[in-house]
Amino acid sequence: MNRIVLWFHQLGSPPAFHRYATRWMPWYFGAALLLLGVGVWAALFRVPADYQQGDSYRILFIHVPCAWMSLFVYVTMAVQAAIAQVWRIKLCEILAMACAPIGAAFTVITLATGSIWGRPMWGTWWDWDPRLTSELVLLFLYIGVIALDASIEDRRRGARVAGFLAMIGLVNLPIIHYSVQWWNSLHQGSTISLMGKSKMDASMILPLAFTVAAMQLWFVGSLLSRARTMLLEREAGKAWARDMAVHETTRANA
Amino acid sequence: MSAPTLSRAAASMLARDLRLAWSRRGDTLQPLLFAVLVVAMFPLALGSERARLAMLAPGAIWVAALLASLQGLDALFRSDAEDGSLEQQLLAPVPLSLLLACRMFAHWLTGSLPLILIAPLLAQLLFLPDNLLAPLLLSLLVGTPLLVLLGSTVAALTVGLRRSGMLLPLLALPLYVPVLVFGAGSVMAAAQGQDWLGAVLLLAAGLTLALVLVPLAAAAAIRIALP
Repeated sequence: MNRIVLWFHQLGSPPAFHRYATRWMPWYFGAALLLLGVGVWAALFRVPADYQQGDSYRILFIHVPCAWMSLFVYVTMAVQAAIAQVWRIKLCEILAMACAPIGAAFTVITLATGSIWGRPMWGTWWDWDPRLTSELVLLFLYIGVIALDASIEDRRRGARVAGFLAMIGLVNLPIIHYSVQWWNSLHQGSTISLMGKSKMDASMILPLAFTVAAMQLWFVGSLLSRARTMLLEREAGKAWARDMAVHETTRANA
Repeated sequence: MSAPTLSRAAASMLARDLRLAWSRRGDTLQPLLFAVLVVAMFPLALGSERARLAMLAPGAIWVAALLASLQGLDALFRSDAEDGSLEQQLLAPVPLSLLLACRMFAHWLTGSLPLILIAPLLAQLLFLPDNLLAPLLLSLLVGTPLLVLLGSTVAALTVGLRRSGMLLPLLALPLYVPVLVFGAGSVMAAAQGQDWLGAVLLLAAGLTLALVLVPLAAAAAIRIALP
């Protein structure tokens, strides 16, 4: 068997995933913090101020990566749920459900930073702009998945049912986005004039690339950490989990 | 015993659901009363000024229809699950999706169709201009089946819960967003003298798609969600 395929197959087994997550989680978080530090430092001190927006635009180095991640995590969640649905891989159910709170957090950060930026730029905390509205609906979709998963006691069934909802949401997301755009164009022109899309200066691309990579790594680290805990909770009675607990205790006592 | 034909199975399912609805006709009419009351709240909250109410009428009636369609959704499959008839439907030699589609159709007939029939009355309560009545009725006629279809998928997912309470609206409302946007939007467009048929046609396209996909999705959801 191909080595990469073999690696994937092995990673699907709970003990192997646990070992991998325990080993690599700190590295993902560490790399994410490092890249985020460099990116934010460059964004705050190295990049010139925007000729129109002054210093306020600098929030985009957090806002834009989070906005991308909020969508990326949703797609990841739905894909994991689909894999879990088709091949009944327990780990994928766990990964899908572990995605939901992380994605919701990214969505909240996106909405909050956008709102903070909008206050000085648009003169308002909120505007029913299509993108803002879709992002808000996305948050509701995340909350729905989390709530449905939490309301079913049987963990496996909860994950499968909530995963199905995530898949329905994925089909709906483009429709919602498109409908909201149509709805907005129906209304009379907004009194708040949005900034014209200016081409981004080359000096701003690099810090943005750093923060985008940092958010990705943070997501993976966070996903591993959550999935590891959820896996241990579910597999607490299994032999491998007990062996590992014994192993950890003896190592701690030695 | 030979398997019943699809049309016979569908007809008997539909007849059963309609008989059930008729035997509990008081309960069946509750969503309708609820919608009337919601609409009646708007003038009380906003004042009885004719022009303002007329401007808000399409949105208010659409929101009332949307909230009313959530009523009874919780029990759509759960009552069948509790008395065991859903398990019989799972075992029946006809596709589960067909039986579920009949259930949804009966739900629309008993829940949403009466609402469309009294929509002219609701329109009068809110002083909707007469020329907007046709767009309102048409958008409701195309939009409410879509609401029922989307809502039943969510109801199928929550069928395993003892009570879904507020969970069901929480899950269904985000999915309702496009229907509300196009439904109320078409009437708003008509009010502004724009072409309103486009939005209704988009709703009809969505309905066609949902008619094909939703029964299959709901059947899959029930298989996952039943304990």
